[in-house]
Amino acid sequence: MSFSWAKPYEPKHPAMKWLDERLPIPRLVYGATGPGYPVPRNLNYFWNFGVLAGVFLTIQIVTGIVLAMHYVSTADGAFNSVNQLIMRDVNAGWLLRYAHMNGASFFFIVVYIHIFRGLYYGSYKPPRELVWMLGLVIYLLMMANAFMGYVLPWGQMSYWGAQVITGFFSAFPLVGEPIRVWLLGGYAPDQAALTRFFSLHYLLPFVIAGVVILHIWALHIPGSGNPTGVDVKDEKDTLPFHPYFTAKDGWFSASFLLIYALVTFYAPNYLGHPDNYIPANPLATPAHIVPEWYFWPFYAILRSFTLDFILPAKLWGVLAMFSSILLLFFLPWLDKSPVRSGTYRPLFKRFFWLMVIDVLILGYVGGAPISAFRTALGQFAAAYYFLHFLVILPLVSKFETTLPLPNSISESVLGKRGTMATAG
Amino acid sequence: MATKASAGVTGETGGDGVPSGVRRRDFLNVAAVSFAGVGTVAALAPLIVQMSPSADVLALSTTEVDISKIQPGQGIKTQWRKQPIFIRNLTPKEIAEANAVSLSDLRDPQSLAERTKPGKANWLITLGVCTHLGCVPLGIGEGENKGPYGGYFCPCHGSMYDTAARIRQGPAPKNLEVPEYKFTSPTTVQIGS
Repeated sequence: MSFSWAKPYEPKHPAMKWLDERLPIPRLVYGATGPGYPVPRNLNYFWNFGVLAGVFLTIQIVTGIVLAMHYVSTADGAFNSVNQLIMRDVNAGWLLRYAHMNGASFFFIVVYIHIFRGLYYGSYKPPRELVWMLGLVIYLLMMANAFMGYVLPWGQMSYWGAQVITGFFSAFPLVGEPIRVWLLGGYAPDQAALTRFFSLHYLLPFVIAGVVILHIWALHIPGSGNPTGVDVKDEKDTLPFHPYFTAKDGWFSASFLLIYALVTFYAPNYLGHPDNYIPANPLATPAHIVPEWYFWPFYAILRSFTLDFILPAKLWGVLAMFSSILLLFFLPWLDKSPVRSGTYRPLFKRFFWLMVIDVLILGYVGGAPISAFRTALGQFAAAYYFLHFLVILPLVSKFETTLPLPNSISESVLGKRGTMATAG
Repeated sequence: MATKASAGVTGETGGDGVPSGVRRRDFLNVAAVSFAGVGTVAALAPLIVQMSPSADVLALSTTEVDISKIQPGQGIKTQWRKQPIFIRNLTPKEIAEANAVSLSDLRDPQSLAERTKPGKANWLITLGVCTHLGCVPLGIGEGENKGPYGGYFCPCHGSMYDTAARIRQGPAPKNLEVPEYKFTSPTTVQIGS
């Protein structure tokens, strides 16, 4: 579906007409990202992060394919192929490797801001529930892929990350340990695990790209949301995607890539962990074992169960960690407020920021060494995370008095300009 | 009877001669789809079993260790199936400490006798794999932190094991696993079977 005023695709050149009648790919692009896709005119910069996520997926696929040409996926050769061959011997190898390594972190930064945008502006609400859920599928695939990619250099953190994360499965009674051995192809991470992780690490980005197409397809049925959360009513509310939003996305992507370049060139190891420059040693665990920063909040939830209660503490931790993400699939039905945007929801807004702070605290606890205080803080923050989504959010959406919504997107835009003019 | 042939009705009819409603085409559909389904499942089997430990991994399933040099109070770390193994020669004091604990106080109740071979209560042989998330606990090497119960201490999430390598405190659900092993001579242990 598109709005009735969307510009129709009318090829003029005979070659384009010929192609359009046989394989209408230009028509598809024109309608999806060209003048044929009308977009609400009031989008703020938070709406740039979807395109930016696509940019980082592309960077990761391109640098990854090139790195795979030099990487050796054997337990004996992997560490040296990354740290000797790629980092020192391959022409521009150091740049490609650092770009890929930091690209993963920046991909997560971008996706976290994208999810934050969705949570604040109610992007998960009807009619965009499937857009939200497909986004979560992408996020889960990204996490699986980031984990497997982190194992490939076969350093200490790679090895022990593989050990701990596959250890999650051993928490399940009876079937858990056989599943773990089956996943690893051995009793501890070794050659079999490394090779299959490499194979899947190469595959999953293309699966992600496929789900991204579904995500965009589902988005383009109702069209993009906007910061007021008010539906598009007529042509005055929208601008064609091209040239308006291609230009804005282009300028913003360039600016954001500048930060990425700064980190990649001047602090390439800032987001990593020095222990991963020690070759994997199955007989010694690093003293302070932590996952990459983007997993910290989940790691904190995992560690916050310390007592057996009906089920073993370890199983509770694993279940809680998985359900902290799975519950987001139910968000469209947990928050049933008809008002989408947090801007017009005063009570929701307060609790929203509390939840953001809560996740930051979980991140801090997950990344720091264990202490009695931090364990207690993590337990409190983990409990509040579930309380927010399962109790507070449904109650807020039921009892909250929302602020009056603008009559239309164009009114909200012009209204602002009107007051600015009188104030000036 | 002309209807029978033209409508493709099977030979089955009710007592009054009315067709029972099962057409030959239904049967063909069910048969074809079932056959394809069984075939697909059968084709999945090699794709699934190829993930399980391969013959070369399973070939590492026994390890022989010479324990003649391990003095009481000492221990060594060795490897079996690419996993660390702790072999510890307990002192009489450590054995007494392990036996002094009442089984009802334990998360995973097992006596030291159950975790060692008869007459070899001083030889504590366990996997060096924390039952929480698989880190290697400290305490086997000289001068390493043995934790407050004198056994092992896992630096990852703070699980503490006693002198029989039983879980006493922290998130790990089980005692350190005792692998299958036998004494092939008074000073040689074969781990695995």
